[in-house]
Amino acid sequence: MKASRLARVLGVLAAGAVCLMVQPAACAQGGRGGGAPQTAKAASPMDLAGYWVSVITQAWRLRMVIPPRGDYLGIAVNPEAKKVADAWDPAKEEAGGNACKGYGAAIIMEMPERLHITWPDENTLQMEIDAGTQTRTFHFGKWAPPEVKPSWQGDSVASWESRERDPRRDPKARYLQVNTNHLLGGFLRKNGVPYSENATVMETYDFFQEPTGEQWMIVTTTVTDPKYLARPLLVTAQFRKQADASGWDPTPCSATW
Amino acid sequence: MTSARPIRKARNVLLVPMALLAIGSPLFAQIDISGSWSSYNDSDPLSQNPGPRWYPLDFLGVPLNAMGKQRGYLYEGEENSEPERICGFYPQLYLPIGPHGLKIWNETEPRNGTTIAWHLNSWEDRPEMTIWMDGRPHPSKYAPHPAEGFATGTWENDVLVVYVTHMKAWQVRKNGAPSTDEATMLTRFFRHGNELTVTSRIDEPTYLTEPYYLTKTYVQDGVAAMLSVGAPCIQGDEGVPEEKVPHTLPGKNPAVGEFQKIYNIPTEATMGGAETMYPEYRKKLKDNYKVPEKCPRNCGGPGVDVRR
Repeated sequence: MKASRLARVLGVLAAGAVCLMVQPAACAQGGRGGGAPQTAKAASPMDLAGYWVSVITQAWRLRMVIPPRGDYLGIAVNPEAKKVADAWDPAKEEAGGNACKGYGAAIIMEMPERLHITWPDENTLQMEIDAGTQTRTFHFGKWAPPEVKPSWQGDSVASWESRERDPRRDPKARYLQVNTNHLLGGFLRKNGVPYSENATVMETYDFFQEPTGEQWMIVTTTVTDPKYLARPLLVTAQFRKQADASGWDPTPCSATW
Repeated sequence: MTSARPIRKARNVLLVPMALLAIGSPLFAQIDISGSWSSYNDSDPLSQNPGPRWYPLDFLGVPLNAMGKQRGYLYEGEENSEPERICGFYPQLYLPIGPHGLKIWNETEPRNGTTIAWHLNSWEDRPEMTIWMDGRPHPSKYAPHPAEGFATGTWENDVLVVYVTHMKAWQVRKNGAPSTDEATMLTRFFRHGNELTVTSRIDEPTYLTEPYYLTKTYVQDGVAAMLSVGAPCIQGDEGVPEEKVPHTLPGKNPAVGEFQKIYNIPTEATMGGAETMYPEYRKKLKDNYKVPEKCPRNCGGPGVDVRR
């Protein structure tokens, strides 16, 4: 073999080694344009389908029961929000058909609850929630709602993100990001601390598996609402995957419990 | 001469990836977590300090066993204000339960620039945590348990996973939910842009019936550039005279019933236990819980920010 040819062969081998180190998934697919794009379901770092239970170890009395009127601790409310919260009347909310105000997308992941996650199609993740019998739908890819109609759970667009902003990295290295808008105004806490219809919600979902095989999901939620918040609210929630549907207990929204 | 040059070139081209392979592919999975991170305590505002503190005997959501509840019952908060303890550091368990922001930086190997350790400081109360990334083993369980503990880190894809052992006996909640020196902590650092979500799993074989998970979020918001060390501690008078030994005798804790009186949550529940961590525990409270009329204290409000 001529020396120049040997050099070319070694060069190709070197490039292959670098490719395998940097972007193993891409190399396996033959590089850029080497295969059909993965669906959202296929790109998932673990099997998300199934039942998940929230594990409430923090801010217990603010999450497990309705705290008293005027308890805003941990929420950077502005004077306008305080005014609204101080006028909270749960019986009036219930009678007015607004019992679900405390179950909107801005805060529902904080509630004591179980989730049932399914994939209705390859690019849509559905999350049923037993608390308040709510359903969230995460749309991946290019999504435009058929009509803009505000709701408790709003309109959610999801994507798998790489921490290095490289979409071709190994799927196990990804987290889920969900952006939600088109919300009805609701409560950040069930004691009437408000968020407005202009609030936006950005969530990240991280996943990991313990050596025991237990799967965990950590949800970080950022709520931005210039109308009622002096700065964005940033809260987290912990979920553990269950083997089955035990404990699943759909209950209607309640403004009083 | 002319035929040797391409070979040398090719060899050089090959040497770079070979060297990288020798270091290991995790090089590309490592994320830079260095910088000043503000702690957004919105998820756990009750841990803010100074300001609102945990109530005595509020062990809600802590998976204590019977012995842990009994030990927690005997806690006396003034212990931390004894003159000889004021300047003592808390163990690394203070990372998930304390309010402070983080200064994080890495220590590199001078010849190749790889990270051999990460350092986490919190400018007061907790000593610097050194996370060894060079694969060294943890010491024998009989080795000293200094305030710093002993921490090693690995990368699970692009998530830093830190295992801490050799911590002093202390607390898993700042109001006295106890831990022994056999407790360990496994902490994961998930970075999303300028946010850092940190989830800690505490395993405490003596006082907890199952692992205790806690999550905090930090933000690089440019609000504060933190220092890698705090100011020296100056022992002051925190109200406990030198001759006093703060303590609580069995059956004599004056805080029993206080939380129930303020928040209408039964004392049995406030003593914690694993069942209090799960949604169905609400069913036990439903018939007896009445929303208190008005927030009594530590209520927050406009201008109050628990971020630190």
